Amino acid sequence: MAERNIRLRVNGATSEGIAEPRVTLLDFLRDTLRLTGTHMGCEHGICGACTVMFDGAPVRSCLIFAVQAEGHDITTVEGLADEAGELSVLQDCFWETHALQCGYCTPGMLIAAQALLHRNNDPDDDEIRDAISGNLCRCTGYGQIVEAIRLAADRLNQRTNPGDRP
Amino acid sequence: MKAAAFDYTRPRDLPGLLRQLSGSTDAKIIAGGQSLVPMMAMRLVRPALLVDINDVQDLQNITLEDDCVAIGACTRQADAEASEVIRQHLPLLAKALPFVGHDQTRNRGTVGGSLAHADPSAEIVLVAVTLQAELTLARADGERSAATDDFLDGPMTTTLEEDECLTAIRFPRWTEAGRVGVGFHEVSPRAGDFAVVAAAAQLLLDDDGVCRRAAVAVANTTPMPLRLAAVENALVGAAIDQNTARDAAALAGALIDPPSDLHASAAGRRHMARTLIERAILDAAGPAVAGGQTHG
Repeated sequence: MAERNIRLRVNGATSEGIAEPRVTLLDFLRDTLRLTGTHMGCEHGICGACTVMFDGAPVRSCLIFAVQAEGHDITTVEGLADEAGELSVLQDCFWETHALQCGYCTPGMLIAAQALLHRNNDPDDDEIRDAISGNLCRCTGYGQIVEAIRLAADRLNQRTNPGDRP
Repeated sequence: MKAAAFDYTRPRDLPGLLRQLSGSTDAKIIAGGQSLVPMMAMRLVRPALLVDINDVQDLQNITLEDDCVAIGACTRQADAEASEVIRQHLPLLAKALPFVGHDQTRNRGTVGGSLAHADPSAEIVLVAVTLQAELTLARADGERSAATDDFLDGPMTTTLEEDECLTAIRFPRWTEAGRVGVGFHEVSPRAGDFAVVAAAAQLLLDDDGVCRRAAVAVANTTPMPLRLAAVENALVGAAIDQNTARDAAALAGALIDPPSDLHASAAGRRHMARTLIERAILDAAGPAVAGGQTHG
């Protein structure tokens, strides 16, 4: 079928590329826009490795066609770091608590966790587990991932409310 | 794992959408796409044209009406979950929605899409069967309404015509005097997975805790979710305690015919059904449930 020009916002900047309607947002991000931070796992909505934010909400990019994202606002894992390329607080906490081993699930985990912290700045462990329940990890056993998100929440709260927490 | 080629259109309003459907052969509607896109990736479905309804604003409203809550078919499951109207006036759906997939799928998946997909283990389908929701089906030359039981035609099958679109689902409200309580329980291998067995209950209780109206249903023990009239009849007129809940739930055994598969044996499903129905009834009866003693 005819290719189309697809225009959308990715990590705060307007991006544009050409794709057939059958191309998923995941393939469009990776192959057309060359943003390979978003990982391709199962390609049918089970593993969560391809999670991105779509208008601020975490979604599976393998279950959206790129053409459907026309005019929408996408955040990928590349959009979490600041402009200087420094790791975000959340990314730093993943590094510090060893919340990754092979790293395959990490981009999806980071996006799911960041989306949680956006809507809930003080999640308990159950809420953290629920937020990442759609993301499979075969290395860590999840414990350190939960720890990393908890630590990130604490640090972000310290930053916004100095003195609130010891 | 790549979908076959298709053409794509994203109409802006309902008349445009319905025109598109009536003028096409082999068109398929995409709402959230959380079931359709995997089926396309596996090439179980190969539509010639994908009609995307995500820009049709009229399909995304949640409206409180006198006797029902009307939900636009393309309302996101996450929006329904966050809706104060649904929390207050459609508590059974509010209770069931957190069981539907994960955050990432509820942010795309829609209430109507789940019904149109008609997966027998889907929580939203179970709630529609329990409350006997009324569905609005539109086509270019008019619309009709269908009861949930008439709309569902078996696993993954509905009576929706090729040129029709499910536009709204009306979940009845129970507005009689009394307190409405709800319960929803399921067993699944992990949070967010498909239910092995699920049960839903909604009860209307008077000031004395006597049940005046009951709706109880179970999923995955018959080909499609089943309302359990014998269980409901045993509850109406009774004060709900642990014994009445257990005795009523046991009546489901004669109504169900569960399958055996790699997730559970038929006997295992029977046990789960009885237990989950009992728990759903007790939740619906509320924390003030009388008794608490066990048999013996």
